[in-house]
Amino acid sequence: MSRYASMFAACRAENRIAFGGFLMLGHPSPSATAELLDALVEGGADMVELGIPFSDPVADGPVIARAGKQALDAGVTPDDCLAMIADFRARHPDVPVGILTYANIVMARGRATFARELADAGADSLLVADVPAIEAEPWAGDMIAAGIDPVLIAAPNTPDSALQRVASLGRGYTYCVARSGVTGSGEAPRLAHGALFAALERNGAPPPVLGFGISTADHVAAAAEAGAAGVIVGSALVQLAPLEDGPARVRDYCRALTQPNGSQPRATPSGAVMM
Amino acid sequence: MRLNGRFGRFGGCYVPEILLPALEQLEAAFLHAEEDAAFGAELDALLTTYAGRPTPLTRCRNLGHGRIYLKREDLLHGGAHKTNQVLAQGLLAKRMGKTRLIAETGAGQHGVATAMVGALLGLETEIYMGADDVERQALNVHRMGLMGARVIPVTTGDRTLKDAVNEALRDWAGSFENTHYLLGTAAGPHPFPLMVRQFQRVIGREAREQILAAEARLPDAVVACVGGGSNAIGLFSDFVADERVRLIGVEAAGRGLHGSDHGATLQRGTPGILHGSETLILQDRHGQVSDSWSISAGLDYPAVGPEHAHLQDIGRATYVGASDDEAFAAFKALARTEGIVPALESAHAIAEALRLHEAEPDALIVVGLSGRGDKDMASVQSLLEAAQ
Repeated sequence: MSRYASMFAACRAENRIAFGGFLMLGHPSPSATAELLDALVEGGADMVELGIPFSDPVADGPVIARAGKQALDAGVTPDDCLAMIADFRARHPDVPVGILTYANIVMARGRATFARELADAGADSLLVADVPAIEAEPWAGDMIAAGIDPVLIAAPNTPDSALQRVASLGRGYTYCVARSGVTGSGEAPRLAHGALFAALERNGAPPPVLGFGISTADHVAAAAEAGAAGVIVGSALVQLAPLEDGPARVRDYCRALTQPNGSQPRATPSGAVMM
Repeated sequence: MRLNGRFGRFGGCYVPEILLPALEQLEAAFLHAEEDAAFGAELDALLTTYAGRPTPLTRCRNLGHGRIYLKREDLLHGGAHKTNQVLAQGLLAKRMGKTRLIAETGAGQHGVATAMVGALLGLETEIYMGADDVERQALNVHRMGLMGARVIPVTTGDRTLKDAVNEALRDWAGSFENTHYLLGTAAGPHPFPLMVRQFQRVIGREAREQILAAEARLPDAVVACVGGGSNAIGLFSDFVADERVRLIGVEAAGRGLHGSDHGATLQRGTPGILHGSETLILQDRHGQVSDSWSISAGLDYPAVGPEHAHLQDIGRATYVGASDDEAFAAFKALARTEGIVPALESAHAIAEALRLHEAEPDALIVVGLSGRGDKDMASVQSLLEAAQ
């Protein structure tokens, strides 16, 4: 069984949905990454989603875009990121690791090569933010050949024909976006995703995990209520990463969202609670 | 999508899934408009009575011994070829029921053109522009303001044109229900490269008829500058089937092709995916996009429209460079000998035409004079002062 399948099964057995935490590799610095990623797991993350920075991240809002730029300015390369992934895998043999990046980063190394390198580093899945379902077939083929699960995006406005493609090409999980726009723009998620989740299930898509704008325990509970198999929190965590006590803040924030009876997450530095 | 959006191995539709329905809607509206006589009539009326088409084909009296003709897009309302396609996209936006336009701009020309059509058609207009460009191009910022557009300074990334495109795409991902992204060149995700080409090919259609009327023959070469590539693809398209007509695109060689201070994507770029399209890109070996450089903001872009990458791939068009210095020399020559002040972008094409004329004095050459140079007066003045 894949790490995703075992992890979703374990969550179901505990009658809860999976919690995924996103951080940008090499942000705020390459040396800070290992401790921050460990903090996600300590805080209760069932799966981690890791960004490989790209110079032109059009799907990302200001928080994650800035984090990527900071990592690039610190000299972080995809090779460094692969090493960080392998390093995490060595310490956490069972936690599913999903990679998020952009098409040009993959193209620069070659689709098949990049997928093999990710597999060798111990990653489980790859989501390429600017490869929509209509372009995804050759990309998914190269990933599957290398043992990497292609993760595709489904949005409330995604037509049924595209959902069918998401279902047939996707593995591991389906990344459902909670609203239009980019990551973490501070706008509340729209959580009426029951119809989308039902359509995905009808088409036999991998389990739906909700991202974009998820930042509170209430959001998590609502996602569970709507039928999500999990949530991914990104910008809210990325915002904490560069703080002096970043790892502790990241851990506590995850805890607040993963422990249903725990306290609400602390407000983020700007005062706004974001994805 | 009804079409695959490919030009050989280039093109495609590489955008976040959330934008796909917006691009599908745009493709449908565009394909419908192409078949719709009423759309064609409305656009033609605007191009004729508002923009000033057809533009003349001018035979240079003093440069090139009568062998060089200029296609005068500089005489179009707005001062450049941009007007052709913003009018068309503006009409499409209205047909799709959009109430707001967004656009990216470098030095401000496409922003000004979009502001113009926004004012004309009563659409709210917001323009993304690199924060440094907002400072440098105060005059164009002012022009946009006069026409009712709001300029949003972009402070993300490297604060350049490519970051303005990124910001416009981010805006559109959350606003497409009421907003049309009026992309400024024949690049970006399908259907933009195809659509912008179709809206710009009026340049080549007229030029072909005009040169046949003037010389009773086709030209030996057609020359145009290439940034994103909309004026070049517009001029080239109706000559592509004329296999004996050479198509020559001129990129910004900036401070020289040996270094990194240029915008010569077709000559120095490598395959990649940027702003929705698989094309040639100036980038490092990791896939991070590089900064480009040119004396002319309109050629200062690290990618290029996918159809140019394809035309180069199949050997139908060739792409060469003109340096900052060569372009500036051609700029001065055209002003001094013909009384025409070209845009610095267009001066790159003039430079190549003069080079070609020197090598082949008999060759009949049509040059795309894509815009006028009024916008460049401040930078030209400082170049002249620096030269003294």
